[in-house]
Amino acid sequence: MDDFYKEYILDHYRNPRNFGHLEAPTATAEDLNPLCGDKIRFELLVDAEGRVSDVRFSGKGCAISQASASMLSETLRGEKLEDVARLPQERVLENVGIGISPARMKCAMLGLKVVKSAALGEIAHWPDEAHEPH
Amino acid sequence: MIASRDARASALARDFPLLAQPTSRGKRLAYLDSAATSQKPQAVIDALVHYYTHDNANIHRGVYELAERATEAFESARAKVARFVNAAEPAEIVWTRNTTEAINLVSFSWGLANLGPGDAILTTQLEHHSNLVPWQLLAAKTGAELRFIEVDAEGTHQLHDLEAKLRGVKLVALSHVSNTLGTIAPLDVIVPQAHAAGAVVLVDGAQSAPHFAVDVRALDVDFFVASGHKMCGPTGIGFLYGKRALLDAMPPFLTGGDMIREVGYEHTTFNELPWKFEAGTSNIADAIALGAAVDYLTGVGMDWVAEHERALTAYALERLAEFVPRGLELYGPKDLARRSGVISFNLADIHAHDVASILDTEGVCVRAGHHCTMPLMEKMGWPATARASFYLYNTEQDVDQLVLGLRKAAELFRVA
Repeated sequence: MDDFYKEYILDHYRNPRNFGHLEAPTATAEDLNPLCGDKIRFELLVDAEGRVSDVRFSGKGCAISQASASMLSETLRGEKLEDVARLPQERVLENVGIGISPARMKCAMLGLKVVKSAALGEIAHWPDEAHEPH
Repeated sequence: MIASRDARASALARDFPLLAQPTSRGKRLAYLDSAATSQKPQAVIDALVHYYTHDNANIHRGVYELAERATEAFESARAKVARFVNAAEPAEIVWTRNTTEAINLVSFSWGLANLGPGDAILTTQLEHHSNLVPWQLLAAKTGAELRFIEVDAEGTHQLHDLEAKLRGVKLVALSHVSNTLGTIAPLDVIVPQAHAAGAVVLVDGAQSAPHFAVDVRALDVDFFVASGHKMCGPTGIGFLYGKRALLDAMPPFLTGGDMIREVGYEHTTFNELPWKFEAGTSNIADAIALGAAVDYLTGVGMDWVAEHERALTAYALERLAEFVPRGLELYGPKDLARRSGVISFNLADIHAHDVASILDTEGVCVRAGHHCTMPLMEKMGWPATARASFYLYNTEQDVDQLVLGLRKAAELFRVA
């Protein structure tokens, strides 16, 4: 965790990329993590070939959830929608690096859950195994 | 005097083996989450081991020596808890799993038998979900109305319209001390007015019984509930205190073995207090260990515990003030006489979970989130807060470590 609050993470948190809204998104989803109150919305524009051509996210919450979503948003252009629906949690982990404590995994994975939900057109399962009651 | 108080807390901390354990990063542990659960002194751990090693048998019906010994230890623990809160007799103490179960017992037993359309339940805007959700469900089932004593921005109860709010109220249910803000409820005002209006009063003592002397008869409360694990005892054991006349008139909650007097195929008569409410084999070991916890607390002295926490909270608020220019917001009553050793805060725009994660790397355990008071957080407009809470084993060194961790968080996030 010492390593997690790295310079580039905090940069993404302070200056999130692709932050905002699309005029006419093809697919959208939003969700929250009730544990932290983290909230994220993803909007995708999909071209005729079924590839993501533009992306925006919005939300609020902890640095881990917001920076993870920001970094994830930078990796989506050109991806086929059906592949987005199947993105593994490694997509987030390779961006943010390892060292996220189990308690904070849900924060890191919220953006991924939302973007997969947008691609699926239904709520995706949490991409990790930790289902904590509140 | 101050030094000797802190020195005594340091000495007491050595009774708690877990506190001597460094973190995986080699940091000294500063455990500031006792409002969630307290650490356990060796005496309590020993009581559990002793019971399972020497006294384990099922209670009440055994005629052999071992069962008698287990029964004696179990019932003597009940007597200790009764003395601890100054109940009139041990029969007024019913074992439950925790505070939540004790509240549910009252809701299902007393509530369903006594509430109907046109009646009202009065609680407060400060409540933990455990003292809110059962009343929401009870109101829905009985047609009773659920009302709230409001709190101001500091979390202080607003009592100017109490008389009007009490009209038609059959039950007032409120926390003695807020787990989120530390507010101490003005029971001296609320209880007499509630009684005058014909209501019974349930006090959630989860955050009071561990921290200062509670006298249920002096407070004149009708029900008082608490959890063992927040008062140096094990998890899985808590208690309900109720005035005998009320408990006697109440129907059973859970039913089955042990709570009966005589059972036929068609009809059953129930046991007397307190066993009428203790269906099935009880949590014998943990009840006995809670008795040991009460012995430990009594040995330390509850007035000393209260004084130490008050002084430590004052010290913490003073040290935390150095972060105010960097955007530290401190929540809860400013008047130290009206708050317990709980400090909720936010550091500038850093999310409470980020603050807690950074503090964790410094060995400081604080809770972050909504503290099971989502409606209160919504009302106050806080997405989350970080919360440090103190107990008898905390010292100024723990507070200093918290301050050091906050400095690190402020630097990492470049706050002012």
